[in-house]
Amino acid sequence: MLEYIDTIRKIAEKILKDGTVEIVIGFRKGTVPLMNEPCFVQKPEDVKNLVWDSNCGINLANYLTDRKGKIGIVAKGCDSRNIVTHIIENKIKREQLYIIGVPCKGMIDRRKIAAMMKAEIESVVEAGEGITVTAGGSEKTCKKSDVLQDNCAICIHRNPVEYDELAAEPVAEQQGVDRYEDIRRIEAMPAEEKYQFFDKLLAACIRCYACRNACPLCYCPTCFVDESRPQWVGKGQDPADIRTFHFLRAYHCAGRCTDCGACERACPVGIKVRLLTKKLEKDCLELFNWEAGLSLKVRPPLDTYKPDDPNEFIK
Amino acid sequence: MKVVKIDKQKWAAGIETLKNTYRLYGPVKAERFHDFALLEKGTLPDFNFQNTRLSPKAIIYPQTEVMFHYTLDENREDHHILKEVAGDAAPRAIVGIRPCDAAAFLLVKKNFDTPEFRDTYWVRAYEGTTLVGLACRQPCQTCFCTTAGCGPFGEEGLDVLLVEETDAFLAKALTAKGESFLTAAGWNDAADSGPIEALKREAETRIRSAVHTDRLAEKAIPELFDAAFWDDVAFSCINCGTCTYVCPTCWCFDIQDEVSGKSGLRMRNWDSCMYPLFTFHGSGHNPRSTKTKRVRQRFMHKLKYYVDKYHNGIQCVGCGRCVRQCPVNIDIRRVCDLMNSYEACR
Repeated sequence: MLEYIDTIRKIAEKILKDGTVEIVIGFRKGTVPLMNEPCFVQKPEDVKNLVWDSNCGINLANYLTDRKGKIGIVAKGCDSRNIVTHIIENKIKREQLYIIGVPCKGMIDRRKIAAMMKAEIESVVEAGEGITVTAGGSEKTCKKSDVLQDNCAICIHRNPVEYDELAAEPVAEQQGVDRYEDIRRIEAMPAEEKYQFFDKLLAACIRCYACRNACPLCYCPTCFVDESRPQWVGKGQDPADIRTFHFLRAYHCAGRCTDCGACERACPVGIKVRLLTKKLEKDCLELFNWEAGLSLKVRPPLDTYKPDDPNEFIK
Repeated sequence: MKVVKIDKQKWAAGIETLKNTYRLYGPVKAERFHDFALLEKGTLPDFNFQNTRLSPKAIIYPQTEVMFHYTLDENREDHHILKEVAGDAAPRAIVGIRPCDAAAFLLVKKNFDTPEFRDTYWVRAYEGTTLVGLACRQPCQTCFCTTAGCGPFGEEGLDVLLVEETDAFLAKALTAKGESFLTAAGWNDAADSGPIEALKREAETRIRSAVHTDRLAEKAIPELFDAAFWDDVAFSCINCGTCTYVCPTCWCFDIQDEVSGKSGLRMRNWDSCMYPLFTFHGSGHNPRSTKTKRVRQRFMHKLKYYVDKYHNGIQCVGCGRCVRQCPVNIDIRRVCDLMNSYEACR
């Protein structure tokens, strides 16, 4: 994916120069290994700061919410699906955007690399499908496919669904992926076991809200946990309040989540928050044959009303 | 102050003995990360770490701390009277705290223990705690302690400094509290400070990262406040609380009442200047209404307001946690250098 950089820069330079957009949102090189930082570029001569590699896991659709003006944005498959969701939910207009689509082969989970090495990571070099990690003075090479973010390993929409220009030829989509093996395992647990599973899952939460804030879906002007007049949720470390936050947030993402993995990537204490959103994603697929963000033309099932709805309760 | 040598064969027994005198906290690895936890019987601190995920500040300053209880039952004489929670002054010790995290308590003390105000909860816990530091022989690449007022072998704020060697620890008692700790453990093989100085210099050369702070004090607040770089610095910020919660020197809290039936409690919880609610007025006005304003506040507080108010350097010990854990890679080292080298257009 490194070879995309030149094309991304060229497109960004072109659309800034010809006035198609006022800014381009992309990534600049991070200050630590395996991290890049979302950034914006306004001047054509600054496009050299834009980078692209397997450390661009943050979902850039998050930076579009209610933004004014004409915007260029670099978007991998999941970002493009969240841009579609943003457009459907009136958080941005399609005509404001110039989407530089990036066919994606997955993002690296920096914690998997850290776990693989005995010492602190000094540098990581990506070349094709291989990754060479230097730590504690010794080198180790691994396949990128072994250290992907969990969501990327099971991704079936690597290519952008909505774009103005692609930075490269589309990549092959992964076939025969079982996306819900973990969810089925949880579904099969007896109630008590399930309760304990979720308790353990969320035990490390420090309520920093990084999961929520990294999520492009979480754009409510005031999140329900931040409501103060009246206050709905306790602010302390009571597990009931922590559960309330995570469960309600997940429900709020039902039928909207694209499994971009930004939440899990952002969590500083390593909580697998996707286990909650994925259950709802699975339900939406099974009940409504719905996957979020694939089309600008279809309203999501959970914001649609049909007079001929088969369920009685809604009539 | 005296130095003792602790043969590693005597380490486990000493740690168990200490648990009779102290509630002992130390780094343990839970799944992926090391964090400080109460060491139960039979559990040793695990020193196979560079630094813990979270700072140990919560041992003295819990994320949620109940301060008062009260009853709303008007049949009771003491209704609507706040009753302070009996504090926990029982001796505790943090074994394996890094020198930067211990130095951080001294910065926090400037806020919680002043001639004018004493935060009884914090002061009681702090005074009851013995800080047994573990010198950093392998600092992280993101550590910048030597330019943030301490160092990998820093002694400020510690009661004991442990230096790990192959078969032994050298323990340097730095305070009377520290001497009592070593005595309670039964570690009394006097040694000279031997290689400590050399190891210290070696560790210091391993700190490869630095901040420049020499010009922060001379900058004018309004100029830094209005600097053009804040939009760029703040762009990627998602306004989560990670940096503030993992920081050993962030001290802000929020007070909340929770009532269940007729009994209530008043607690305080860590708060974060990254959150809009942090400055949300009762009127509905929010003076820090945008993320750029909130990001600016965090860095201005640590790198300018604190510098000007306390003349004690920056409100940062260079532990590097925020650098390592920020989900979007906002790097305080970069921001500090931007601020330090900023020249306003005149």
